[in-house]
Amino acid sequence: MAKQQGPLTGTQTLTIGKALNLGLRRALEDDPKVLLMGEDVGRLGGVFRITDGLQKDFGEDRVLDSPLAEAGIVGTAIGLAMRGYRPVCEMQFDGFSYPAFDQVTNQLAKMHYRSRGRITLPVVIRIPFGGGIGSVEHHSESPETYYMHTAGLKVVTPSSAVDAYFMIQQAIRSNDPVIFLEPKARYYEKGEVDLDASLASAEPLHRSRVVRAGSDATVVGYGPTMRVLRDSADAAAEDGRLLELIDLRTLSPLDLDPVYESVKRTGRLIVVHEAPTNAGPAAEIAARVQNECFYSLEAPVQRVTGFDTPYPASKLEEHFLPDLDRVLDAVDRTFSY
Amino acid sequence: MGDKPATKGRPATKARSGARRSRPAPTPAEEAALQGSVPEPEFVQLLTPDGERVEHPDYSVDFTDEQLQGLYRDLVIVRRLDLESTALQRQGHLAIWASLEGQEAAQIGSGRALRKQDMAFPTYREHGVLWCRGVDPTAPHGLFRGNDHGDWDPAEHNANLYTLVIGAQTLHAVGYAMGINYDGKVGTDDGEAAIVYFGDGASSQGDVHEACVFAGVYHAPVVFFCQNNQYAISEPVERQTRTPIYQRAAGYGFPGVRVDGNDVLACYAVARHALDQARHGQGPTLIEAYTYRMGAHTTTDDPTRYRTGSEVESWKQRDPISRMRSYLTKAGIGDDDFFASVDADADRITGRLREFVIGMPDPDPSRLFEHVYAEESPLQDAERAWFEQYQSSFVGEGAH
Ligand SMILES: Cc1ncc(C[n+]2csc(CCOP(=O)(O)OP(=O)(O)O)c2C)c(N)n1
Repeated sequence: MAKQQGPLTGTQTLTIGKALNLGLRRALEDDPKVLLMGEDVGRLGGVFRITDGLQKDFGEDRVLDSPLAEAGIVGTAIGLAMRGYRPVCEMQFDGFSYPAFDQVTNQLAKMHYRSRGRITLPVVIRIPFGGGIGSVEHHSESPETYYMHTAGLKVVTPSSAVDAYFMIQQAIRSNDPVIFLEPKARYYEKGEVDLDASLASAEPLHRSRVVRAGSDATVVGYGPTMRVLRDSADAAAEDGRLLELIDLRTLSPLDLDPVYESVKRTGRLIVVHEAPTNAGPAAEIAARVQNECFYSLEAPVQRVTGFDTPYPASKLEEHFLPDLDRVLDAVDRTFSY
Repeated sequence: MGDKPATKGRPATKARSGARRSRPAPTPAEEAALQGSVPEPEFVQLLTPDGERVEHPDYSVDFTDEQLQGLYRDLVIVRRLDLESTALQRQGHLAIWASLEGQEAAQIGSGRALRKQDMAFPTYREHGVLWCRGVDPTAPHGLFRGNDHGDWDPAEHNANLYTLVIGAQTLHAVGYAMGINYDGKVGTDDGEAAIVYFGDGASSQGDVHEACVFAGVYHAPVVFFCQNNQYAISEPVERQTRTPIYQRAAGYGFPGVRVDGNDVLACYAVARHALDQARHGQGPTLIEAYTYRMGAHTTTDDPTRYRTGSEVESWKQRDPISRMRSYLTKAGIGDDDFFASVDADADRITGRLREFVIGMPDPDPSRLFEHVYAEESPLQDAERAWFEQYQSSFVGEGAH
């Protein structure tokens, strides 16, 4: 990541990665209780350089190079949070977050409930997730369903620089544990961010958003798939079909009101994600939409997802990941009813 | 410490030969157990099983008569509470109970060594530690009855809730202790420390290893207090480790100590020393309290399937309460009146427990949805609204 050390002010064009970096920087500045911890997050700035330069400026007690132990990172973050800190943990890659699974699902997610509100754990777990980077196995997983299925966690994922900048700060301020999924294939995508805008003026963390209006069919995605959704909408427009695009932003709590409203107008819904089909987020969304919009639906809800296979070797991932053709094919299918 | 080979006493050639066998040769402890006598290992002891005071070069205690009486009183009361809880389970008032019988000295010794500002992270058997933290002795019973997940305020008592996933809490304690460091609350007499309790079975868990790694690396003011009660449900400690547990500390770069876990004075002395070291910035210690679980693992367990009566009998000879009683008697600190008054206290307290547990109402169903999140919780709110409406649809139908 470019070492852009200008002042934290004005409207700047930033990559998603840099926006996250600046968001973390701002959070560290705003609250002395915020700590970053993870493997290589200090001197190296993380393998994706998301924490670049932060240890240098905030010191080793605020930005901790942790032992190589994922359960250890999350488990000690829980203890630190009990002590009044707001730890932000980095899991180096999605597939390496699983060793911490017990600490996340059994401990972090449940402590508020078990203690009947006496313990709050404002812990953020950042996980670079999703495929498309041509890497070896365990580097391209989509673990979102595991976390969505666990009450007590918030699960969010930004898909633009502006969301990256604000959502990471909102996640850190949240008094609930937040699984913060970063679409790693899109770290280098750029967008405009007004660094002076207040957090309060930003879209709330728990809201999904219509990112492109359209009248013919609704297409829902999040994080890594938003790019293919945009490309699909462009292509469909050439065929005279106007797709309405919704970025979920939040997977738990799911904010489906904008989806219901949209489907009631368009009558058609396509849900796109990289995670495998079986019991994936699209299944939940389809079930709820079917409940809320039954009389508006002109066609069954279509799913465009990863296959029910382990994530394939990288030479095959282009076949695994939802692409333009598969999304457009689903659009065609929904119009065939 | 830790400089002796772990496999001492086992022929090295055999260990390396890779010969197939379903079970390793019995350890000396196993062999002795088979013969009905268990040798005592090397450990810190200040009070023999016969109730004789002995000195140790590194550890001492200096209690007033009153304090000694207080320790005895604690031991008796937590045992009586425990026996009463087992009875309550047998009578159907609790779903399950995890008994501490036999481990009273380890818990009271370490629990009384804590200062108010210290934080304790228990597993699920630390009723004696809770007692020392001033938690109402009825508080854990909601968990074992199925009413709640533990109903005490961790911050008020500096005692975290019980943890049922083996070893998970060791990391929480280390993180908390790292926070003590960051808060600068070390280096003085009123510094703070954390203590975490876990079992010999837990010592095999990855979380415990990671906790020791973090504690060592960050020099956290934490005391690992392992109650080696010789079994993880049915599995003897030899199934968890071939190294004495306390010796593992050397691998993490901090001291390990084995203490006679049935000796309340030694447990107090060793824990107090380790806590003081921690609060003064000397980092972590691993204490292995060598003790024995006299009863079943929990009330669902049948210990006769995996251990011999003679083994249990030999541990009975080292009972933590009777040795304290004979010490107090011999030293003229306790007379019949004193012992009777302790028993009367225990009667009163267990009577209150019994009354409380039997009278415990079922929780309100609305609790299902409470406190899932600290902030907005739309899914749970919607489900709760549905559930309340559903519940109210039964009103007036009468019971069938
Ligand atoms: C991770 C995990 N695995 C299995 C269990 C089931 N279990 C409950 S207690 C126990 C044995 C624990 O033994 P130890 O750590 O020695 O503690 P003790 O009960 O003897 O005090 C087991 C296997 C569990 N609670 N958690």
